Amino acid sequence: MLRGVCRPSGADGHSASGRWCDLAAASAATGGGDDKRLRRHSGLQAEETRYGWLFASPWIIGFVILTLGPMLFSAAMTFTDWSILKAPRWIGMANYSELLSDPLVGHSFRVTSAYALGYIPLNTVLGLLLAVLLNQRVSLLRYYRTAFYMPSVLSGVAVSVMWRLILSADFGVLNYLLSLLGITGPAWLSDPTWVLPAFVLMGLWHFGGSMVVYLAGLQGIPTDLYEAAQVDGASWWSRLWRITLPLITPVIFFQLIIGTINALQTFTQAFIMTKGGPMNASLFIVLYLYQKAFESFQMGYASLIAWCLFLYILLLTLVLFRSSGRWVYYEGQSAS
Amino acid sequence: MGMLPMNTTAETNGTKQGAKYQTGRSRDRRWRSLLRQLPIHLLLLPGLAITMIPLVWSVSASLSSLGDVFRWPIRWVPSPAIWGNYVEAMTLQPFGLYFRNTAFVTAARVVALTLSSSLVAFAFARLRWKWRDRLFLVVLATMMLPDQVTMIPRFVLFSRLGWVNTYLPLVFPAVFGGPFFIFLLRQFFMTLPTELDDAARMDGASVFQTYWRILMPQSKPALTAVAIFEFQWSWNAFLEPLIYLHSKSKWLVSLGLRNFAGEYIQWWNLMMAASILVMLPILVLFFVGQRYFIQGVVFTGLKG
Repeated sequence: MLRGVCRPSGADGHSASGRWCDLAAASAATGGGDDKRLRRHSGLQAEETRYGWLFASPWIIGFVILTLGPMLFSAAMTFTDWSILKAPRWIGMANYSELLSDPLVGHSFRVTSAYALGYIPLNTVLGLLLAVLLNQRVSLLRYYRTAFYMPSVLSGVAVSVMWRLILSADFGVLNYLLSLLGITGPAWLSDPTWVLPAFVLMGLWHFGGSMVVYLAGLQGIPTDLYEAAQVDGASWWSRLWRITLPLITPVIFFQLIIGTINALQTFTQAFIMTKGGPMNASLFIVLYLYQKAFESFQMGYASLIAWCLFLYILLLTLVLFRSSGRWVYYEGQSAS
Repeated sequence: MGMLPMNTTAETNGTKQGAKYQTGRSRDRRWRSLLRQLPIHLLLLPGLAITMIPLVWSVSASLSSLGDVFRWPIRWVPSPAIWGNYVEAMTLQPFGLYFRNTAFVTAARVVALTLSSSLVAFAFARLRWKWRDRLFLVVLATMMLPDQVTMIPRFVLFSRLGWVNTYLPLVFPAVFGGPFFIFLLRQFFMTLPTELDDAARMDGASVFQTYWRILMPQSKPALTAVAIFEFQWSWNAFLEPLIYLHSKSKWLVSLGLRNFAGEYIQWWNLMMAASILVMLPILVLFFVGQRYFIQGVVFTGLKG
């Protein structure tokens, strides 16, 4: 009982305070035996510290040898010319000056950003819209949810092969459907202006993934808020704008961050469907990085591109975090 | 028992609807509610159709003769359905071998990652130790780190160890747990009442026994979600297998399919059949373990 009161309702963060609450509750409940309990607990504490490190050790070891070490190594590699086959050669800042004069780097960042800018907002709007529709106590909800969510579990080469045919200019199903509407569809994957929209379209096929998350968020909004608003005579529309959307902003925020990180790492689709073409119009950052590292074996230069990607993701994440104060609404701030 | 809170929220609508429909009066109400919902269904159904068309067309093409695939207007129901396309796709390349290889790598990764991530999550959720919260922040930070930064140095490391063209570079890192799963399991462990641990410890259970006998059995929904996610990702993995596995006998389905799609580029029906075969285990898993997919997505997707 006490525990429920003590613990912050969102199980995240403040774990320590939760535990201390438990201890307080437990000792309050046992009453008399306080002294003995405390002494036992200091013994347990040392043991817990040992076990804490022990249980966390797989991750700690992995972090050191597979993440931290490689990161440092990768940073050093940016100053070398290295084809793996031969010994690395220290070339100072040559990779950096090559980076600045290589038009394809900037180009691949623009391509990837354009894709993310097209895909993420549309995915958010579609996912939210569908979630709001499904949250209207719709019958058959479970079936709709299953069907819309299903494409999200499919990914990788199989989906790319499938979509290469779907987007085919002459016999693909997309252009067939467009032709039924009297539209002559473009040659999606071989037209530089249409290849990115084609990738966006393919990405949007997975919008059920974000829908599931938004739907759960919507179902977590306490119904008494809506009831109170209804009593006050608020329309469906104003309830949507004044209650639903503000309360769902933390979920949108989190989804935006994940979506950005994922979109910037797009690789498989481009590798299978276009190889970056036509005319480099779909040369995503990771695809270019792969070409540099494993096709022309410029490991040092590729490492530098990887770092640029990392810093770019970091920058965008920071911007999102900075902006969140303006538009993300946390319930703790409300006067309820 | 240790059910997730969103488990109930996500299912309420469905169960309410299910309980409603017994008596005649409620059936009447059901019709009226359907009528009231008609505009929503009119919006949902076209969306559903658009979402389903790519898959429906792929299945239809995979069962068509080559001539029928290229016929306009599209023949949605192939007659006769040529199931032999699947057999042909499977035998034109050693897909049986690729499936076995992929099953092995996937199984090894799923088991290793589930065990290691749960151990680490236990330390972050249920044990009190100095540095714990600071290290957990590092775990979260690594979720933001793109794999590409460590990909090249790892490749150098593993090729120095002579691991190229073996499964070790794919499986070995799984022993150390994945940040995303550590995060997911930690969040889950924290929802379980701590009295469980305390009681077990009072009864003289060791820390490991508390983890293995008390916490793990309570956490089946979350562990299943982790296993399912990892199955999905390992099965679809492409970039890492592409870098490490060079000889055909070692290939996974993703590499085999890519090769197949390159060689039989005009054989759309076979390409579709092969793609669907590769997706099939994931689809089956999805329909069997749907609840866990959604739980996992929801559980991690909502926490910011």
